[in-house]
Amino acid sequence: MATVKLTTPIDEATIRSLHVGDTVAITGRLYTGRDAVHHRIHTGVKPPVDLEGQIIYHCGPVMVKEGDQWVCKAAGPTTSSREEPYQWEVMRDYKIRGVIGKGGMGPKTLAACKEYGAVYMHAIGGAAQVCAASIKRVDGVDWMDLGSPEAIWHLWVEDFMAIVTMDAHGKSLHEQVFEESRARLAALKA
Amino acid sequence: MTATAPLRDVSTESALFETILELIRRTSTQLPDDVVTAITAARKNEAEGSNADVALNVIGCNIGLARVSSLPLCQDTGTILFYVHTPVGYDQLEFREIATEAVRKATKVGYLRQNSVDSVTGKNTGDNTGPGSPVFHFHQWREPHVEVKLMLKGGGCENMNAQYSLPHPDLGGRDLKGVENAILDAVLQAQGQGCGPGILGVCIGGDRATGYEHAKEQLLRTMDDANDDAELGALEERVVEKANQSGIGPMGFGGKTTLLACKVGKLNRLPASFFVSIAYMCWAFRRRGVTLDARGNAAEWLY
Repeated sequence: MATVKLTTPIDEATIRSLHVGDTVAITGRLYTGRDAVHHRIHTGVKPPVDLEGQIIYHCGPVMVKEGDQWVCKAAGPTTSSREEPYQWEVMRDYKIRGVIGKGGMGPKTLAACKEYGAVYMHAIGGAAQVCAASIKRVDGVDWMDLGSPEAIWHLWVEDFMAIVTMDAHGKSLHEQVFEESRARLAALKA
Repeated sequence: MTATAPLRDVSTESALFETILELIRRTSTQLPDDVVTAITAARKNEAEGSNADVALNVIGCNIGLARVSSLPLCQDTGTILFYVHTPVGYDQLEFREIATEAVRKATKVGYLRQNSVDSVTGKNTGDNTGPGSPVFHFHQWREPHVEVKLMLKGGGCENMNAQYSLPHPDLGGRDLKGVENAILDAVLQAQGQGCGPGILGVCIGGDRATGYEHAKEQLLRTMDDANDDAELGALEERVVEKANQSGIGPMGFGGKTTLLACKVGKLNRLPASFFVSIAYMCWAFRRRGVTLDARGNAAEWLY
């Protein structure tokens, strides 16, 4: 399958042209955001950066300060399902065009992807070095009071690879695999 | 080392500190050979070019990159679990202090992520220490030397752990069939969220706390370790075989490799209780070990 090249910020039409199973290679800015960031936005605090057309990466990286510069030592995806209560709101209110994470998300997010024009992209969980290899720079950080893993890191990436597993057409690979595996395991029950 | 070997001179402290720091570095950056072998073998079963194949290929690249660059395999460097066997008379308090210092240093240099957070205020201590971190399981033994095993277990897979109480209306009664169904239900519920292909540590019995503890300790067994109990060994094989027919696959992308191994132990239980405790370990199965000489230097690296 061909790889689709994406450059952030991304327009809605490009995102809506993606389908479950597509491999993407992303170049540009990624903002990390996980549990504490989503919770804070949910309580009504405005994000410190303009998220329109951007991608939120569910990731709590290992960062080390070398001199004045932050250096990313490891940066794979974290489990996305924890953001299921909040993600749809961020899609609606701040027009993000995608999230990257692992493990997939639920029906609220899937519906928001369709309604507001966004996709869920799955990176390889645990592959922190492969992910970090495509992070070329750390351009800044916000909300450091949340602690390093929970802060909003501004990452500059080149050809960051991920697989679309939930698209803007209402299709979810996670839903499909869950239903199929449930049926198969039911047939194998002791 | 003899049971009465002194541990208070500074040079010994320093050697132990360096050994534990190196143990942490190796654990965070180098996957054990038995796990690498299992992952490599699994890739042959997946259709070339499938999402499962892509996932296992990236995982293979990641294992190599982490080893070469001496950087964490996974950014979630997890719960820091020390399993320490010591001879009678060994100073466990001092070991705890020195190992905790090594954890602080390992965090500072980036072998470990700042990963310890106050459960109410959410404040990160910044150095991986605090109530409950790192975790030490001390056991005395009759051997003359100290053995230290370290496991780093990430939050993604820890969140997929599950505990069942049998009988269960859908899963069955207090027998190995009920146990098998409970384990496979945990696999179904986890899907790809625990960063599969996974490795399961299971305990049948115990109470809710010792059950989980024993389940995790099963993960100290090597991937190819045969169960002493033939019945439990057969259960381990059945679970892996059935899980790999589920189609969940690596990362939950679909495919033939859902589990790499399953290790089952048992503890006695109360007549009233029957727990099945399941510890889900991700493919980034970081466990290493070392035995110490009398001065705290590494005598032999394990795994």
